[in-house]
Amino acid sequence: MADKNPFPGENNTGHIWDDNLRELTNPAPRWWMIGFWASLIWWIAYGVIYPMWPALPGGQGFTKGVTGWTQMNEYKEGVAEVEAVRAEFESKLAGMSAADILQNEELSQYTVASAKVLFGDNCAACHGRSGQGGPGFPVLVDDDWLYGGTIENIEQTIVGGRKGVMTAHGKILTAEEVDELGNAIVKGEPTSTPLFLQKGCIACHGMDGKGMALLGSANLTDSITRFLPDGNQTLLDSVKYTIVHGVNDVTDPATREAVMPAFGDRLTKDEIKKLAVYVHKFGGGQ
Amino acid sequence: MSDNQQIQRDKEVDALYAEAVHWHVNTGDETIHAKRVGGKWRTFKWLTSSLWLIYFLGPYLRWDGRQAVLFDIPNRQFHLFGVTILPQDFWMLSLLLLFFAILLAVVTAIAGRVWCGFFCFQTVWTDLYTWIEEKFEGAPAKRRKLEQAPWNFEKIYKKGAKHLLWLIIALFTGIAFVSWFVDARQFWSDLISFNIGTTALTTLALFTAGTYVLAGFLREQACFWLCPYARIQGVMVDSSTAVPTYDFHRGEPRGRVKKGQQQGERKNGDCVDCNQCVAVCPTGVDIRHGQQEGCIMCALCIDACDIVMEKVGHPTGLIRYESLDTLNGNERRPLLKRPRIWVYSAVLAFSLAGIAYGLSALDAIEIKVIHARQPLFVMQSDGSIQNGYTIKVLNKTNRDMEVTLNASGLDGLQLVGADKPIVARHGKVTPKSIFVRVPRENIGAESVPIQFSGSGHDNHGQHFESVRQSVFIGPSK
Repeated sequence: MADKNPFPGENNTGHIWDDNLRELTNPAPRWWMIGFWASLIWWIAYGVIYPMWPALPGGQGFTKGVTGWTQMNEYKEGVAEVEAVRAEFESKLAGMSAADILQNEELSQYTVASAKVLFGDNCAACHGRSGQGGPGFPVLVDDDWLYGGTIENIEQTIVGGRKGVMTAHGKILTAEEVDELGNAIVKGEPTSTPLFLQKGCIACHGMDGKGMALLGSANLTDSITRFLPDGNQTLLDSVKYTIVHGVNDVTDPATREAVMPAFGDRLTKDEIKKLAVYVHKFGGGQ
Repeated sequence: MSDNQQIQRDKEVDALYAEAVHWHVNTGDETIHAKRVGGKWRTFKWLTSSLWLIYFLGPYLRWDGRQAVLFDIPNRQFHLFGVTILPQDFWMLSLLLLFFAILLAVVTAIAGRVWCGFFCFQTVWTDLYTWIEEKFEGAPAKRRKLEQAPWNFEKIYKKGAKHLLWLIIALFTGIAFVSWFVDARQFWSDLISFNIGTTALTTLALFTAGTYVLAGFLREQACFWLCPYARIQGVMVDSSTAVPTYDFHRGEPRGRVKKGQQQGERKNGDCVDCNQCVAVCPTGVDIRHGQQEGCIMCALCIDACDIVMEKVGHPTGLIRYESLDTLNGNERRPLLKRPRIWVYSAVLAFSLAGIAYGLSALDAIEIKVIHARQPLFVMQSDGSIQNGYTIKVLNKTNRDMEVTLNASGLDGLQLVGADKPIVARHGKVTPKSIFVRVPRENIGAESVPIQFSGSGHDNHGQHFESVRQSVFIGPSK
């Protein structure tokens, strides 16, 4: 710093380096000052209107702002808005049976739209996002139902869950017998072999082999099989495996598993009703 | 020439150069106060400017009980007299924009920045604003003096009245703009009862402020630095484009007329260096420097120069509409021998044809078919294959319509869920989920074409049908 200011009459601060490098006291540009004061006013106004200062003494936590705005309130308002739109439909749904809902085009559409999330949360893990089924889990979009495909049947299935039962026949039948039965079933004509009657298959699958919804036994005459071939298996391999090892037979460690948990105590009545309509609307409902 | 005539002429020459000292080339550091002179181009400019009356008055046209032209954004409808266009038909808008873009190009290629000089809102509003300014504050010299003058009652009155009138025009500009998007009558009643919505209010405020600032303060600076069209139009001009041009062959070397000098004694060119062309220029450029970005080609300098040429006894047209080629004595290329004109015209014809086709093919109903994404197909217990589709029926009429859905293209096809016609709501898209079942042996490939149709009648009994192609998907083996 120079002792004597070599640039008198200039608005410098007296700070001078390297002979002529000096600090001036020019005012900041007008636009900058306007921006500066506007920001300051904005900041104060923001602090007055919105929550701003955290950790206040006195345990209040933070300044609340004159409007009392919080993010949570805004979220709740948003939810309330949606709820208000839904309430109209929901109040109608509450007094109706699932079958009644199916009769009403508008309410069916609402149900299908609003139950999508329910299905995703509760059903999709096994039955697939669109009800297309999964390895070992039933397809919901076709028209074949083990326990019946009416809206009441579907509701009942959701409420109580289901557990398939079939004895493992590996110890009862010879390999040849399993082979003969398997071939007949693959052809869709289980009654074509006398074994079907002799070995007691009819007890569950019925005289005509079309299954019984009451027991949840499969229809052996149609094109749909409950357990799809796995990997390199042929359909015949898969059918024979089911005959040999059964379904949920505790005596056979290799048995097929087919269990659907009960949702009666997990979901509300209305939710179950909606899900039943949703599943029914997949296209296979009867 | 008699003495009297000579004295008269000398006086005129004096008056001419008295103003000349003021004019210099605009670099944006001071307000341009352009002089106003009459002339044929001035008259032409008023005529072209008056086209903007359509903008102010258009919203009050009525048609069939509603506003004739209305861009109804909340209801997603565009009314154009008898035609109602929904967003689905807005591809025509892109053709319309293409049409105007190319029209701009072709006009610019032929006659320069005609849009800028005579039609552009920036030019027209600025012209109106400066006209008002002149009414209150007087000619350019007086305005400059007033700017320097201290604030007294007269200055406050003049400036205040001018700004008030500017603001009123800006407000009406904003109201007119909003009126194209909401019903004009409704908007006025809302406006008077202070009951307008946020969107309308914001738009109105932005347009009022925008008009006031752009036409009142930014003026030619908007053309210099803000406007993209100005830059684009500049490159669309070539040497065969007729633009307001200073004939430097004739004008140079320029030189002032000397008092007492006789016609034959003058050694200079025809340009008497009076700077009148700069004086009248709304963007403050000097046309004698040749083509430049600041020139909006409004031709007002032609008027000014012609007046001077008549005064000093030279032929008019020292500044005139002329192409650079002609000016340099090169052969003039006829319009039809310029490839640009052909290309531009072809694009113009294409876009017009597209719009004409679009308007003639505005279907009353339209269906869209969306194949279910998952699962692609489902095997049914009887061995048939089922595909799910969502059919979206758009009804463009103003009444609800019962639409019957149908499908064809595969043997033994069975449609599930479409036995009853669906009620397609007017002006809306109504979705409907349906299923198609086909016996497995009738599906020849993994994916086969299928055709959907929706048909219905309006209440006059007119039949409408919309057809869509889609695919039917089956197992791979």
